[in-house]
Amino acid sequence: MDVSLALFWAFAAVAVAGAVGVIVMRQPVHSALFLLLTFLAVAVLFVVAHAEFVAAVQVLVYAGGIMVLFLYTIMLVNVRRQAGEPYLHRQAGVALGVGLLLLAVVGGVVLGDARRLADAHAAAPAARLTEVVGSGVAAGNSQAVGWLLYREYLLPFEIASVLLLVAMIGAVVLGKRTMEKFD
Amino acid sequence: MSTTTPSPTLAFAPLLERKFGEKAAPEARPAADVPTIAVDASALHDVALFLRDDPSARFDLFLDLAAVDRLKLAGPASYRAGERFAANYLLYSTERNEHLRVRTTAPAADPKLPTLTDVWWGANWFEREAWDLMGITFEGHPNLKRLLTHNGFVGHALRKDYEAGQRWLCTEEDVLQTDLAAQTETPEDVFETLTLNFGPSHPSTHGTLRVVMRCDGETIVAAESECGYLHRCFEKMSETHTYQQVIPYTDRLNYCSPMINGSGYARAVESMLGVEIPERARAVRTVLAEFSRLMDHMVCLGANLVDIGALTNFWYAFQAREEIYSLLEACCGARLTSSYARIGGLSNDVPENFVEWCRRLVKLCHNQIREVDGLITKNRIAQKRFRDTGVVTKEQALAWGFTGPCLRASGVAYDVRKDAPYDWYDRVDFDVPIATEGDNFARYLVRMEEMRQSLRIVEQVVAKLPNGPVNSDDYRVVLPPKEMVYNEMEGLIYHFKVVFEGIPVPAGEIYSYTEGANGELGYHIVSDGTGRPYRVKVRPPCFPLFASFEKIIRGGMVSDAVATLGTLNIIAGELDR
Amino acid sequence: MTLTLSEPLFNALLAVVKILFVWAMTLAALLPNLIWAERRVSGLIQDRPGPNRVGPLGLFQAVADVLKLMMKEDVVPLYVDKVLFTLAPLITLTPALVTFAVIPFGSSIPITWNGAVRDVPLVIADVNVGILYIFALTSLAVYGIVLAGWSSNDKYSLLGGVRASAQIISYELAMGFSAAGVFIAAGSLRLPAVVEWQHAHLWNVVPQFLGFVVFAVAIFAETNRIPFDLSEAEAELVAGYHTEYSSFRFAMFFMGEYANLIAASAVVTTLYFGGWSLPGVAFTGLWGGLASIAVFAVKTAAFIFLFLWVRWTLPRFRYDQLMELGWKVFLPLSFFHLIAVAAFVAASGR
Repeated sequence: MDVSLALFWAFAAVAVAGAVGVIVMRQPVHSALFLLLTFLAVAVLFVVAHAEFVAAVQVLVYAGGIMVLFLYTIMLVNVRRQAGEPYLHRQAGVALGVGLLLLAVVGGVVLGDARRLADAHAAAPAARLTEVVGSGVAAGNSQAVGWLLYREYLLPFEIASVLLLVAMIGAVVLGKRTMEKFD
Repeated sequence: MSTTTPSPTLAFAPLLERKFGEKAAPEARPAADVPTIAVDASALHDVALFLRDDPSARFDLFLDLAAVDRLKLAGPASYRAGERFAANYLLYSTERNEHLRVRTTAPAADPKLPTLTDVWWGANWFEREAWDLMGITFEGHPNLKRLLTHNGFVGHALRKDYEAGQRWLCTEEDVLQTDLAAQTETPEDVFETLTLNFGPSHPSTHGTLRVVMRCDGETIVAAESECGYLHRCFEKMSETHTYQQVIPYTDRLNYCSPMINGSGYARAVESMLGVEIPERARAVRTVLAEFSRLMDHMVCLGANLVDIGALTNFWYAFQAREEIYSLLEACCGARLTSSYARIGGLSNDVPENFVEWCRRLVKLCHNQIREVDGLITKNRIAQKRFRDTGVVTKEQALAWGFTGPCLRASGVAYDVRKDAPYDWYDRVDFDVPIATEGDNFARYLVRMEEMRQSLRIVEQVVAKLPNGPVNSDDYRVVLPPKEMVYNEMEGLIYHFKVVFEGIPVPAGEIYSYTEGANGELGYHIVSDGTGRPYRVKVRPPCFPLFASFEKIIRGGMVSDAVATLGTLNIIAGELDR
Repeated sequence: MTLTLSEPLFNALLAVVKILFVWAMTLAALLPNLIWAERRVSGLIQDRPGPNRVGPLGLFQAVADVLKLMMKEDVVPLYVDKVLFTLAPLITLTPALVTFAVIPFGSSIPITWNGAVRDVPLVIADVNVGILYIFALTSLAVYGIVLAGWSSNDKYSLLGGVRASAQIISYELAMGFSAAGVFIAAGSLRLPAVVEWQHAHLWNVVPQFLGFVVFAVAIFAETNRIPFDLSEAEAELVAGYHTEYSSFRFAMFFMGEYANLIAASAVVTTLYFGGWSLPGVAFTGLWGGLASIAVFAVKTAAFIFLFLWVRWTLPRFRYDQLMELGWKVFLPLSFFHLIAVAAFVAASGR
């Protein structure tokens, strides 16, 4: 078996195990740490796929930024679980339904994509990259990501940034209001 | 003892008489003591309001509450019954530079007095102390709990019928469980707050102080401070020792500047005796008191700067302190607890090279102050940490009973050395630095400048240091020289009497005050005519400072509390006594 | 003598030798001397001798310190989260040691192999996202502190951990943006390329002085040194995140701090002070390669000295002031710097 394939399966397993850990753990900090494990495993998957840039950004943003903030919040708020509180909540049924629906959607997309990929044959990515980026810049994948992001996908990128900006402003407003209330 | 005269300075006396009649009357007092009015307990609260607010009185600063148990004091039978407890309130008017004692009495059975915390907030802890040690209940006091002793303590230690040999166990249940700690589990609407137990052994309490804080994140929303971990009841111990033997105890009050405590105490007893000490002794006391003040400020600033992370200044400051200790060691053989002052002078003369030594030290100290100044005063980070943190306004400082550098940093130019000069302070030229902001930076600057002024005083005194003896030749007070003891009958008798019976201080009472490094250091001494003090009450300058600490730090952050604790300079030794 | 090694095996061997060399340099040579230097430099600054009894000039003091710490009782308090409590010191130490993988510590050394002479570059791994790799690792280092603070089950430690996480987030962005200027100038994310660009042109500290200042300050914040040692702040939080640690676990935190310090100095040297290069000097051949290592070491040591000097000079910030400085001063400054550099590069048509 190919070394990179073996690595892929190993870290995919770690990622899934981490994800399971997130829901199973009762202590929020432990859940957060399992989520971190998942992020790191996914970063390794990116490396296996030769997407070093995405891997580094994955670690930098998710593991180094977002999870640190998560931990900060969890530690400050200091969630306490009441003794004897039920492990599964009332929404268990709904959650199951939504979960199955999500699984169906994701599964459908993956299967459909796999068929399409198989049609286009695996030669596509490199060729496509050269097609989009133009010859000569394929050397580093950070350039490739940059070209793709700011040429091919500029509009979605801008929409995403506006969405994030709105979310940020909303968070500031909400945060300010709670602080005033607290005073 | 000097002549007894009715105090001439009471400008408000006629008005007082008109308003309160018999219930508040000026008392005849020796000139060395502060003017006194005797007030009936029923009128105490109204008199207090009058004294604070009336334009002819304006006693805006509450200094001390010295409670005395007169059970064993020679006097009328009422001392055993209806007037057993005397409560002496010491007040000061910054406007008119005048001290005043308000004396009231409480009966032996269930002694009760109205609280004055609503008149001067600074009375708060003084009343708690009087309740704790003397058992006087203050009606209406917001928080009348044990302060210096623990909750497992039974009885009131300073009462004359309290057996000093008893022991009381402090169990875990008796440890002060503050209301703050009890509220921890209350859920807040949005965030939970955290109860932080700060001390008694925390790196920045520099001693044994305890503050319980409730923090929202790191912002302090409520706090309560507690002291007494170093309480040894020095005042009770003094009652079983002769006047001279009390001096080593005074070293342990503010152990950063023991010379000031010792000479302050000696001066109090000397004024009761009416003994004049030689000029040389006065000059040396002035020099060493100023060096002590300098050491105290050095320790305060050095430790304070360590607390905000500027470690190196500590060594710069402490080098000067070590060198001053060497001078003290050359004078009296001890570095930390000098016990150098004696009633009637000093234990022995200073070394021959005293003057040159002092000059060398002045140079060194200037240099060390310059180092610290260069590193901190204009440092942006230090300014950010100090400015606008731990702010005490002028009104607050007065209401809370601040004195010394902390009061001056809030804009009140009260310095005992200027306003009631003693020793050589009226013969030297020096400035009293004040600041108006009242924040940590103001206190830092005031202390820095005070150190320079201390050096100025030292230079001037040293230049005029007179020759001659350092002890009074009154052998009822001072031990006679050895050749006299061995060769003359009188000498032997004097020696015997001073050592065995102590100095016979005439019966009476005095409140004598000096400018300690932290503020007004007052000794309230009651004598019954024997060789041992009947009651010694110390006004420790940092007692009101620490009492208000919980108010100052509210709304700030934990780091500000640390910086503020440092600039207030709380010394557990004098706080807890 | 002819060595018969396959190409991959030879490369692997080279990598192992380089790793061993770098770790030996940092762990065995630099780190103990750094402990000694910290104390001697503080002594120098504070008008006192510092440790001078163990060995010549007190040089073996670090050995004595480490031995002492190893022999102390290893106290694990009762109500700690044992797994995380044990892991935390390791997490602090690891990222610093792995950071060295992408830092070029010298030019190159010629090695004859299979009859052909080849220049072996003195960098463990020439990753094409070199700097991102470093940023990713340094951002992970904070987990050691945060987890130590949380797992200790102590309020002071917790506050230390909380402070550390807030601090790292406040400075990471400014650090990233200020360093981006360097890569725009060099046109690559590879660190060897950055050094070579500086060798060919100019040390980055000159044209990108603003970026350097922001980066240096952010590095101070990331390494938790005064004036940013808030997570430890012994006067406020007793000892912050490592209050409950003793013995060798405590020593590991210290090693982590110093290893981070060395790594940070190496990164600053590489990004802004030309790495192993000296203007106008070509480091070729075996001796040139060795000399370039020495140049790199000297520059790094100079930076370490700066760290020590600052530590014993400045007071510490307050928690909110530090965040304010990060978000309101350094982040806008780094934005400005990045845009200025990008505009300049675009205008000059490269």
